[in-house]
Amino acid sequence: MSSSSKDQILAAIRRQQLPPRELPPLDFAPLVYDDPQQHYTETLTGIGGRVVVANSIEDVQRDLDQHDLYVEARQICSLVPGIARANVDLDALDDPHQAETIEFAVLPAKFAVAENGALWVTDENVKHRVIYFICQHLAFVVPRDQILSNMHQAYERLSFDSPGFGAFIAGPSKTADIEQSLVIGAHGPKSTVVYLLG
Amino acid sequence: MPTATEKFNHADDATAFVANHARAKWHDQALWFVRQKRDRMANSLPEWEALRETASSIKAYTIAHLAELLEQFERQATKLGAHVHFAKDAAEHNEIVLGILQQHGVKKAAKSKSMLTEECHLNPFLNRHGIDVVDTDLGEWIVQLRNEPPSHIVLPAIHIKREEVGELFHEKIGTEKGASDPTYLARAARRKLRETFMEAEAGITGVNFAVAETGGFVVCTNEGNADLGVSLPKLHIACLGIEKLIPQAKHLAVFLRLLARSATGQPITTYSSHFHGPRPGGELHIVLVDNGRTDILRSDEFRRSLNCIRCGACMNTCPVYRRSGGHSYQSTIPGPIGSILAPSRDAETYYSLPYACSLCGSCDDVCPVKIDIHHQLLTWRREIAVRGYLPWSKRLSMRMMSLVLRRPWLYRLAGSLGRFALRWSPRFMIYNGLNAWGKQRELPLAPKQSFRALYRQRQAKNGKS
Ligand code: SF4
Repeated sequence: MSSSSKDQILAAIRRQQLPPRELPPLDFAPLVYDDPQQHYTETLTGIGGRVVVANSIEDVQRDLDQHDLYVEARQICSLVPGIARANVDLDALDDPHQAETIEFAVLPAKFAVAENGALWVTDENVKHRVIYFICQHLAFVVPRDQILSNMHQAYERLSFDSPGFGAFIAGPSKTADIEQSLVIGAHGPKSTVVYLLG
Repeated sequence: MPTATEKFNHADDATAFVANHARAKWHDQALWFVRQKRDRMANSLPEWEALRETASSIKAYTIAHLAELLEQFERQATKLGAHVHFAKDAAEHNEIVLGILQQHGVKKAAKSKSMLTEECHLNPFLNRHGIDVVDTDLGEWIVQLRNEPPSHIVLPAIHIKREEVGELFHEKIGTEKGASDPTYLARAARRKLRETFMEAEAGITGVNFAVAETGGFVVCTNEGNADLGVSLPKLHIACLGIEKLIPQAKHLAVFLRLLARSATGQPITTYSSHFHGPRPGGELHIVLVDNGRTDILRSDEFRRSLNCIRCGACMNTCPVYRRSGGHSYQSTIPGPIGSILAPSRDAETYYSLPYACSLCGSCDDVCPVKIDIHHQLLTWRREIAVRGYLPWSKRLSMRMMSLVLRRPWLYRLAGSLGRFALRWSPRFMIYNGLNAWGKQRELPLAPKQSFRALYRQRQAKNGKS
């Protein structure tokens, strides 16, 4: 019975009376960048992503139109308003498996982290979170003034008091499991572009 | 796991690995390359040492308050709609997972990297009950197809050459004969495993960090396999050792900054996914496993080994691991930390692992949670000797050693005999099976004089004697 296993485990832990401890204060000064945007760009480029500065959504569209991955994609899903040729409505799919044929997705991110190239995304208003992982190519749009320096600043922004999914995503999926040689595009998207908007 | 009849000895297993000189060298260099990437990342953060110190204190707090934190985690996770289970040991863990899968009529599950399920030997257990489990991390899939365990906790297929992967894929999934290009092979695996993701009726994952304060947990991968595995089917089962807890969400910043930098020299893994409760319409089960961890917690000497966040840095830096390969440890977790954890589970079987160490201390220097790894290994050696688990050859030589060391006159005599013998003996007397130090290396020419004699002379010259 698992409830009795629980009791046994807790009792086994409590049998060893360890003196109580204090949690350490997180009072060291983490690295803060003078120019987080530049550092973000360098970091993401270093891990196989592409960064484009866009003043408007039209700029985003203009850049997309220049890239075959988008131009040649037959199924495109966008959760960012104003993107042309988006022909798959994620909300209309009953089952996440149906998202498997989506080739290109354009998705919003909440903020970026300069120290590691990550973006924070959630399943808020995203009916099938699998879209972040199942599409072949991915474009993110994130407000340009939302680039933080480090992960401590990131967690100051986050709260987890209700059910939900969130993830830091840093660049395209990758693997080095064959002789340590880097292959971009493992199981998730094979490419990632991040538009810094505004 | 070694069989009971044949006594397992790390050095014997390592011999086979070292025999292929070119491969051993290649393995050594591949891991050293990862170690160097780790160094570059560590050096890029001025607060690196403060982060390690903080991580170590957070873990010490966690272990000291583990019972309350587990209760808090269970409460919070339940509130979020997850089902929380506790398992005393591997067998109970496997039964719980099987029960959940059977209840949902699951025939095929997609699993992502989880050393815990390896530790519990979940795959063969589920197979015996007619459930197909596919390891979806590329490296884990490769070793699964080869029917062998991972040889490293972060780089499961680090011991395998690209040509061998090519052969394997040719045979199993019909890639072109002789093809060994990593991109070509990885793409072929991607296509094949997409089928698995589409068919699987459940996703099983490990957990990197579980947060007591929120009842959620974080899974880190580069390939995206964990997320695909649990975002398609309705059922997600997450399995973790009870030591994976951390107190608060803000502590994730500390650990996520350390983990990938230490593991592979990346600033962060591609995906760090935070799961709080099941997804809408789905079901989430969390299985918390003891399996010997509370025993380690009760030991003053080895408690700190529970701090481990399984980054693998101690393996990448270890001169013995790099040159003997992960399989020579015959334990789910190999390398320096594995040599502490394995004897904690079964000291008699794994008595030789604490000796697979030169006490260089490099592991302590890289460990992101500051475990005193090499001290614990030394403590294990003493413990193993006290419990009488050493084979007679090692016991005999150690008894001789102590006999000699306790008697200065005998020590002096042995020293001069040794110097004489090393200078004048024929090769076969020095380089034979009885002298492990003479394998694969030339012993240095013994000096004519002992250190004591040299020291006496020097003191006399300086007029101090
Ligand atoms: S002991 Fe330290 S270095 Fe080794 S795997 Fe664990 S956390 Fe990493």
